[in-house]
Amino acid sequence: MPLLQIKTLSHWFGGLRAVYDFNLDLEEGELVGLIGPNGAGKTTIFNLVTGAYKPTEGMVQLNGDDLVGLQPHQITARGIARTFQTIRLWNELTVLDNICIAYASRIRYSLPDSILHGRRYREEERQIKERAIELLAVFGLEQQAQELAGNLPYGAQRRVEIARALATEPRVLLLDEPAAGMNPGEIEELLALIQQIRQDFGLTIWIIEHQMRVIMNICERIKVVDFGETIAAGTPIEIQNNPKVIEAYLGEEAF
Amino acid sequence: MRKLYLPLIVLLLFVVIIGGSWLRIFNEYWQLVLLFMGINIILTVSLNLINGYMGEFSCGHAGFMAVGAYVTGILTVWLFAEDKVFGLPVLPAAWAIPLFPVALIIGAVAASLVGLLIAIPSFRTRGDYLAIVTLAVNYIVKSAIENMEVIGGPRGFVGMKRVMNNMADVLDVPWLLIWTFIGMIVTILIIRNFMSSTFGKGVEAIREDEIAAELMSVNTRRVKVVVFMLSCGLAGLAGGLFAHWPGGYVNPGTFTILKSTEVMVMVYLGGMGSISGSIISAIGFTLLLEVLRPLGVFKWVVIPLLLVVMMLLRPTGILGNRELTDVFPRLRAIFGSEEESYALASD
Repeated sequence: MPLLQIKTLSHWFGGLRAVYDFNLDLEEGELVGLIGPNGAGKTTIFNLVTGAYKPTEGMVQLNGDDLVGLQPHQITARGIARTFQTIRLWNELTVLDNICIAYASRIRYSLPDSILHGRRYREEERQIKERAIELLAVFGLEQQAQELAGNLPYGAQRRVEIARALATEPRVLLLDEPAAGMNPGEIEELLALIQQIRQDFGLTIWIIEHQMRVIMNICERIKVVDFGETIAAGTPIEIQNNPKVIEAYLGEEAF
Repeated sequence: MRKLYLPLIVLLLFVVIIGGSWLRIFNEYWQLVLLFMGINIILTVSLNLINGYMGEFSCGHAGFMAVGAYVTGILTVWLFAEDKVFGLPVLPAAWAIPLFPVALIIGAVAASLVGLLIAIPSFRTRGDYLAIVTLAVNYIVKSAIENMEVIGGPRGFVGMKRVMNNMADVLDVPWLLIWTFIGMIVTILIIRNFMSSTFGKGVEAIREDEIAAELMSVNTRRVKVVVFMLSCGLAGLAGGLFAHWPGGYVNPGTFTILKSTEVMVMVYLGGMGSISGSIISAIGFTLLLEVLRPLGVFKWVVIPLLLVVMMLLRPTGILGNRELTDVFPRLRAIFGSEEESYALASD
């Protein structure tokens, strides 16, 4: 059985069809890309899977569990985490707090305990901090733990966002244009980082990206959407030579 | 050792304030100022949870104060004092001493339940729209009280003086100041502890980016219900204490949008998301009102002017979103929590 299964997913914004009949089987450990021109509905698909939007139609299952209709935080708790196209860190909080808060769904102490600070509370909070600091170390951010997230340089903020997503302890990680705004050197680092966390955390990764370098380098399979519909699927080589994809990106041949 | 400083300071303050009042070193006027200071601290610190930490704009805090004031007041009068409406006391007057805090808690719980009236719309609405909801709740509470003739309607509710006198007859200590002091300390501890927990920090995540908070595993609905109920409940506690002030009466005219504004002013003056800022500004504002008393009505010309100047010079309030321990790190030896000392150790 696939880890993440999406069937006939469709979504309308009023009369506008944003996503139509999207299907995907994501096997455990895969790294799959999602590409398409601007406004093709890629981020909408992520929003539907993570529960930010409720799909008009269709089914999303993680490991056989239905996800449609759950609150976003419940979906995150079940094992899907994401990053955002434009960085959405909690800017006025420290980097460490940004990571710690993402453990929220793993907290087992009770509400009164968060006020009374009993033994169990102290033990759990200590564990959360330790794990957060370990996680920051993986991303080379332990020195910045006490800085405000909003004060970090752009590249570091991108890394904090990925670290925060990992703090939710996901099985599937959705990356929404992680390389946006990066120079070639930073992109190389990002690729290495994605490969590393994929192995270290046993992740299944689904990535939206415009930089073909990224997609063609690391993805095993690619789906292409345009105007909300899937127009192609296959290996990077197949996609590169698919006339429909070329048409979607470059327009119809003029001659 | 470090852990002992703070309780010692609190104990010392308690002894000075309560002892001083008991021995009449502070006259009745100063006792009243101290009482209002304590009540204002509770109101300011609790409203800071919504307006400062969560970044919502609640302008109906006086409404929840009114619920607490009336519920607690009616309860103590019904139980412990002879009253025109409720007749003879239900319980012996001496029982008022142990049961007074229970009445306060019931008033706080009632106010926190009314707090649900804004918690539930807050799932779907934010900012200006939620502010209007809070305003509406303030008016609903006030109008409801005005139209209940049983509890005095617009004329107000009296009888709490007899309760306090009965308590003083049994044992002559400044009961109200004692409970206000305890209520103030409990309020500060609740908000401080809650906001230092990972669960509580979800409140700040909601302020910074609610969508990201929800998608990054913060149960935003639960957090909002907790925040509104906690904050409104503490406003109810402040109201319950206020109802027993030496004046001996409460009337709905006290709990208007003006009172809510006063609390908001104290929050913004102290700094949003700063507990120590709220405490400082509540104390300062209460004193300012008293210092300017000779000016009479012109007080309300001078105070807003001071506010305008303050906002121009320091738009983030006295402390901004920092705590006193951030501005003066040495104070951390006294006030620092374990969490902070842990963070320092790991630096």
